Amino acid sequence: MRILEGEGVRKNFGGLAAIAEVSFHINQGEILGLIGPNGAGKTTLFNLISGSLAPTAGIIRFKGENITGMKPHQICKRGMARTFQLVKLFGNMTVLQNILLGSLFGTPKSILQSDAVNDSSKLLEIVGLSGMGTILAKDLTIVNQKRLEVARALATKPELLLLDEFMAGLTPTEVSLAIELIKKIRDRGITVFMIEHVMKAMMSVSDRIIVLHYGEKIAEGIPDEIATNPIVIEIYLGA
Amino acid sequence: MLEVNKINTFHGKIRALWDISLTIAEKEIVSFVGGNGAGKTTMLYTISGILHPTSGTMEFLGKRIDGMSPHQIVKMGICFVQEGGKPFPDMTVQENLEMGAYIRETWRNKEEMLEHVYNTFPLLKQRVGQLARTLSGGERQMLAMGRGLMSRPRLCMFDEPSYGLAPLLVKIFFVSIKTLREQGMTILLVEQNVRQALEISDRAYVLENGRVVLEGRSGQLLQNDHVKKAYLGL
Repeated sequence: MRILEGEGVRKNFGGLAAIAEVSFHINQGEILGLIGPNGAGKTTLFNLISGSLAPTAGIIRFKGENITGMKPHQICKRGMARTFQLVKLFGNMTVLQNILLGSLFGTPKSILQSDAVNDSSKLLEIVGLSGMGTILAKDLTIVNQKRLEVARALATKPELLLLDEFMAGLTPTEVSLAIELIKKIRDRGITVFMIEHVMKAMMSVSDRIIVLHYGEKIAEGIPDEIATNPIVIEIYLGA
Repeated sequence: MLEVNKINTFHGKIRALWDISLTIAEKEIVSFVGGNGAGKTTMLYTISGILHPTSGTMEFLGKRIDGMSPHQIVKMGICFVQEGGKPFPDMTVQENLEMGAYIRETWRNKEEMLEHVYNTFPLLKQRVGQLARTLSGGERQMLAMGRGLMSRPRLCMFDEPSYGLAPLLVKIFFVSIKTLREQGMTILLVEQNVRQALEISDRAYVLENGRVVLEGRSGQLLQNDHVKKAYLGL
């Protein structure tokens, strides 16, 4: 089943087409990767899907429903959550409070505060922040702030999770841990759409990869096809 | 060129650096390796004068720089390219680059430096008139590196320069690091891309919990069991 679908999606910034007529889909339970040179429009596409920006043209459907032009909070309530390339946490709130915000906001039906706290503590453990619940978010290292963003997103109980460069700035050893985390998330039944430049991770976890260049989709396929595609090598991977 | 002697630096009440000593010779490429939270960035903040050490000394080209403010240290010839770039969001790409050359000695040569930066990062040339706030994450990183080079530094410190860059650009960046050294620049590199950083650098220091736990020729560290296990994921 297609959990997310985009048809002829376009976004103009003034005279510049940041996204030009891109169509795509994600199957339920899949891990879909999005790569492309810097400035290709990857984050813009995430912003269109999650509602931070409204497309200039085209239709985006989530679980069959047309969500084009909806606001981020409306889309979040329908079961989609995301993280940000440059982290956007509530710096002066604690780690636990940041996650609580996610669970208290996102869950469609009412939830007891005590249950929310329980859920949040579990999430801390899953992303590897056990014991850090009382620290202010701004005092975490960048990597831990990214883990916290994932936990906050998961707290909204999403069916689709968008990850924007979760692995940038991680050592190879930390990347291996992050790969495990993404697999764990998928095993919980959550569909993942991820932007990543760390090829080792991209190639090992993605079921399928889409390549953007100057706002256009120039390739799509399984990791092996993408890694050997001459155009992708020329503009993105390097020989 | 740079001599750091038993530096201790605090973040508020937390002691982030413990008795760190290190040296960098002219035209060397030196890497700092370590996990997140090991103190690498704090070390760069201390050298650039953003944080001041509570004890210890630092000398650059024979002059004491501990206690100097960041703008004085830039004038001495040290530039610090921060992670994430931190461009001036409401200035254009070109204006941001020019800001890097505000020191009187370099302002005269700014046209020449601009050309040099545009040659290194052709993508920036396509975006000269664009506001920095509208750049993608990777483009901001390039802009920050370009802005750093505009001050014609003797020593350039890069904090995670490959952060958010596409693989092809990472390759181009590492090549341009070598070119900069051939042109006479000394380079201090903090990178999570540990293998590439060790392959390109002459020497490296491994930091853990605010202390130097290993140091040596990069080629030897690549073979070191602890480095392999903890940082190369082997």
